[in-house]
Amino acid sequence: MEQVKCECGHVNPYGTAFCEACGKPLEEVEKPLLDMRYEGSARRSQTYNKTVIDKIWNFFSSVKVGVWLIVITLIASAIGTIFPQKMYLPPNVTPAQYYEDEYGWAGKLYYELGFDNLYGSWWYMLLIALIGVSLVICSLDRVIPLYRALNNQGVTRHDAFLRRQRLFSATKIEDARLLEAIKERLAKRRYHIREENGNILAEKGRFSRWGPYVNHIGLIIFLIGAMLRFVPGMYVDKVLWIREGETKEIPGTNGEYFLKNEKFTFETYQKGKENAVFNAAIDRVGSGMVAKTYETKAVLYKRVGPVIAGEEPKLKKIKEYKIRVNEPLKYDHYALYQVDFKLNELKSMSFALIDKQTSKSFGMITVDLLQPKESYDLGNGYRVELLSYFPDFYFDDDGNPNTKSRVPNNPAFVFKMYAPDKPKGEVSFVAIRQTIEPFGNNKYKMAFAGIDTRNVSALTVRRDFTLWVLGIGGAVFMIGLIQGMYWNHRRIWLKQTNGEVWLAAHTNKNWFGLKREIQAVIDGTGITMPIDQAEIAKKAQGGDEHGTA
Amino acid sequence: MMKKQRLVMRTVVLLLLLAAVGYTIYANFFTEKTEIKVGATAPDFELTDLNGNTHRLSDYRGKGVFLNFWGTWCKPCEREMPFINEQYKAYKKQGVEVLAVNVGEPKLSVQKFVDRFGLTFPVVIDREDQVMNAYEIDPLPTTFLIDKNGKIQAIITGTMTEEKVKQYMESIKP
Repeated sequence: MEQVKCECGHVNPYGTAFCEACGKPLEEVEKPLLDMRYEGSARRSQTYNKTVIDKIWNFFSSVKVGVWLIVITLIASAIGTIFPQKMYLPPNVTPAQYYEDEYGWAGKLYYELGFDNLYGSWWYMLLIALIGVSLVICSLDRVIPLYRALNNQGVTRHDAFLRRQRLFSATKIEDARLLEAIKERLAKRRYHIREENGNILAEKGRFSRWGPYVNHIGLIIFLIGAMLRFVPGMYVDKVLWIREGETKEIPGTNGEYFLKNEKFTFETYQKGKENAVFNAAIDRVGSGMVAKTYETKAVLYKRVGPVIAGEEPKLKKIKEYKIRVNEPLKYDHYALYQVDFKLNELKSMSFALIDKQTSKSFGMITVDLLQPKESYDLGNGYRVELLSYFPDFYFDDDGNPNTKSRVPNNPAFVFKMYAPDKPKGEVSFVAIRQTIEPFGNNKYKMAFAGIDTRNVSALTVRRDFTLWVLGIGGAVFMIGLIQGMYWNHRRIWLKQTNGEVWLAAHTNKNWFGLKREIQAVIDGTGITMPIDQAEIAKKAQGGDEHGTA
Repeated sequence: MMKKQRLVMRTVVLLLLLAAVGYTIYANFFTEKTEIKVGATAPDFELTDLNGNTHRLSDYRGKGVFLNFWGTWCKPCEREMPFINEQYKAYKKQGVEVLAVNVGEPKLSVQKFVDRFGLTFPVVIDREDQVMNAYEIDPLPTTFLIDKNGKIQAIITGTMTEEKVKQYMESIKP
């Protein structure tokens, strides 16, 4: 496609709105003011549209397309909050069934379209990826022509360019030495000054124009960081529930590390025990109501030798550490954070075998709730057998006792009690606060005699090699934002023509500040303060409306 | 010449972006983040059954292994157990072994369950969740079909019909 040569001699790319060097409008425009966006440069996408590559490029180069991609992503994200995400469903349900049972056809559709695991669904990731592509192409397509236009700009501007700037004035002037004074004042205000045939271009804060693009680079680095999470080994995020006294494999470490929970402590602020400054606060909410510490006293072990799951591991102690909120145990890039807890989980229950009539006890048994024994001998011919055990007891749909999980939340037992006078045994169903005798009246009873509990701690296992990439992305993002927000790109043109001095000015934001600056610069020089042509046009329009109303 | 350069530049940029997007989607959906995937070698493990015998997966090389993870509270597991038991009787002679891994419940509960259904295949208990972690079990039941070379042939989550169980056992016959 041919290029356009301006009368000033500069060769512009096809599609340029006004000459890069002198600013003479190259296209016929009806509007009184020039559209200064992108310096009138030819956004390339708008000009070449030949091959398939060009068509794809032009599609992504459109800001409209980019905005729509973002809007669609936002709507999808919003829909994803209507029903719970898959990861928050109760354990041991089948998602396909659960959504349909709970929410009917809408739930089924929700599941089938992948809203149940929104951030992991292929089309959501594709949307994010397309936003990334749009970001790159939009930026490239604008920053290169903009750079070119700003780099090629001339000092002497065409009259039509100056007259059609928003701020413009023309002053009849005899003494051209005034310009020297103005130049000095501009230099003092950190304007970069270029001069050509007695014409002046004063410019400052050009680097502010690169802010949006720096910001986009930051976003792209951030997206790359997010992408790295899918690379094996880069990111681990698991939860470990561990009871006091237990030693368990740390999930996500491929069987390499083990953790022992020696003790979990939950402390609150107690009246009288704390520093006096806390008294008022403690009084307000009540003693023992505010959490002070969540702490897991842990020992970290490393497995020695080859990893074979299930095999009794040979362990080497690495270190002891008290894990508190925000004070994770860190080792080998893994971090274990205190995240949740459960106080007083049942550990064992004790029962006494008694005669229901006399309440005479024939001995006590203690049932370990994680690994109960089958038979308990009390001596003298008294014996108890555990026929069935339900750690998390409920009656299922068929009306049979069953367990909801393997966690001893609500234990229930079927005991068979043997005594010298009951050699065939009596069966008793014992749950918390209830005893059922399924085969009629028993002579003996398992009387509740106490419990033993322990605390359970939940730790998040985290390993994240993408964090520094995300950090850099975030920092670059902020730098770009600041660069574009807190500096303005200001330009002031002064041109001597036919005994007049023409003054025109442009800024990308904060016109008020620019006007004040011009006022200060021309003060006392006799140059007319430029008028704001945009404001006048607006006022004229407003006045018309008023008139007709 | 300018035009050619532009086309090349655009093509290169688009290809780079396509590669990045393609890799992300591929890495996330067509590969597993761990070694647990169809075609990979099943992680070795060693667990003890109710009779005190240890079972090591690698000792079963040369046979097809029907590896089932289950819990007594899990109703879908309960439904498919009798089917597995029935088919096991037929396929045991043909070199298919069943290993049922219980997810760390009390031996008592597991024993009662095994007795209730008269299960004849070895039932091992994963007391410390190590094997569950290694196989990334979620949800129950999950069944791994492992061929005679120790490679994972298929991963089935959810309950199976007797017909399916039969089909699966047939597929890993050595």
